Amino acid sequence: MDTFFLIESVVKIFTMIAAVMGLATILTWVERKQSAVMQDRIGANRADIFGIRIIGLFQPFADAIKMITKEDYIPPFGNKVLHMIAPAIAYIPVMLLFAVIPMGPPLEIGGRIVNTQIANIDIGLLFIFAFGGIAVYGAVIGGWASNNKYALIAAIRTSAQMISYEVCLGLSLIGAIMIYGTVDLSQMIAEQSGHWFGWIPRWGIFIQPLGALLFIPAAIAENKRIPFDLPEAESEIIGYYTEYSGLKGGLFMMTEFIEMVLISALFSVIFLGGWNVPWLEYNGFNFPWGGTWTLNIWVVKGMQFGAYFLKVAVLIYFFTLVRWTLPRFRYDQVMRLGWRYLFPLALINLLITGIAVVLFA
Amino acid sequence: MEKRVRELKVDYGPAENIYWVEVLKGLWITNRHFMVNMWRHILHALRIKAEKGAVTFQYPEEHRPIHHRWRGRHRLTVKQNGAMRCTACMMCETICPDECIHIVPGESPDPNVEKFPEEFYVDALRCCFCGLCAEACPLDAIRLDVIEPEICGFTRDIIFNKEFLMGLNNDRPWEEWYIENKTDSKEK
Ligand code: SF4
Ligand code: SF4
Repeated sequence: MDTFFLIESVVKIFTMIAAVMGLATILTWVERKQSAVMQDRIGANRADIFGIRIIGLFQPFADAIKMITKEDYIPPFGNKVLHMIAPAIAYIPVMLLFAVIPMGPPLEIGGRIVNTQIANIDIGLLFIFAFGGIAVYGAVIGGWASNNKYALIAAIRTSAQMISYEVCLGLSLIGAIMIYGTVDLSQMIAEQSGHWFGWIPRWGIFIQPLGALLFIPAAIAENKRIPFDLPEAESEIIGYYTEYSGLKGGLFMMTEFIEMVLISALFSVIFLGGWNVPWLEYNGFNFPWGGTWTLNIWVVKGMQFGAYFLKVAVLIYFFTLVRWTLPRFRYDQVMRLGWRYLFPLALINLLITGIAVVLFA
Repeated sequence: MEKRVRELKVDYGPAENIYWVEVLKGLWITNRHFMVNMWRHILHALRIKAEKGAVTFQYPEEHRPIHHRWRGRHRLTVKQNGAMRCTACMMCETICPDECIHIVPGESPDPNVEKFPEEFYVDALRCCFCGLCAEACPLDAIRLDVIEPEICGFTRDIIFNKEFLMGLNNDRPWEEWYIENKTDSKEK
């Protein structure tokens, strides 16, 4: 292990954590403002520092101060230790998943290829499934340890929902895995560069439209957001973190926003070609009608970073739009949608993809 | 046993049954709302258009225009000699549906008048501005005036006392307010 590798890893880890946490913090503001604009309102705009408001961007700070200074109540008779660590059990696996999510195209610094993934491991997607599966424990333990019947029932609901939809999530991605022939995420993006017939970018969404369509509801259900927010459902059927206050409840909420960043990044990596920009290659734009626009390699890299970020941002906009548009499903509807529609459709997708791969590969 | 529950059958077309189509339609509507409002917000922020993107009134700084027939602020009238008209007959306190008037009667200093209110409180947060107190008063001693009540504050008890109701410590006389607001809200 040489020094360069060590410095590189540390820099990558810090960049990733800063980016993800910063994005998740801003998402609390985005969610408020976007819903407000959608509903002809103005939204949170009162938090100010010395009278400067900048359209409510200080609201996350106000939220943080509120959460820190709130009473941190631990319910008696519950399991205190598990109650304490449950938010961490929910939060840490989700954060760990970002180890295999690429941040952008690989860079060349001082004659070395630097991957922008923290851990460049071959089992990328399997790692995501494995640790994504652990995240359900946080919710279940949190609900059980609070010694609240409603929270316990919500925890059971959560586990049923998340385990059901994990099946759909996995199956909807297996088609893509079969086509790319790899589970390494940067490898997947590399597979998606180039074009069909010189025109259409080789993005996963064009070759796996059904997979992409199935991935979205399954991912939202894993993310536990409306219309699949039965686990929380603060407004009427009580959720699993009812007994959590202060920063612990905030951590559960934060986890939700981080998961949103995660599924957006995952969707753009697997189905939207990651940092690939149509017709942009290492030397600049090569248009299908013959023109070329030569660009510096660093400009190209910057554009690819920008494109990746833009894709993630648009997807986050889309997921927030879904959250503020659709009403919540009933429990039996969630189960029916998961097992009777999404699951068979995912199997059909798998079958078609399998036949196509055998025939054309 | 007789079947009491009637099943409600709604005929959904194929588009509703597929569900995705309807979801996409809904998403399109909310998306359009967002885009249109965002565009208006931007134009407003760049001072190209005066029209705003939201219908919100930012209350303490910005008041919505009030109709010139609006009556929402209690006033206790006085006689020509400056004494209160009210004789503490308790009609208004009795009729008030929200029980927000509280009167402490006392003996009047004027030998010709039997009683007068030593204290007269109106809880503005409970009041529904129904005007029944003004209607019930036999002496035209309490009225609802055109001034907009300032009920925004940091405490939860906005209680008008006697001096305030008589207009003794008002910042602005009500006539001034009336003249200012009469013209611009008439077209509603
Ligand atoms: S306006 Fe109606 S509610 Fe208000 S004080 Fe008079 S009677 Fe009571
Ligand atoms: S304001 Fe009128 S109704 Fe009320 S106590 Fe005085 S005189 Fe009676």
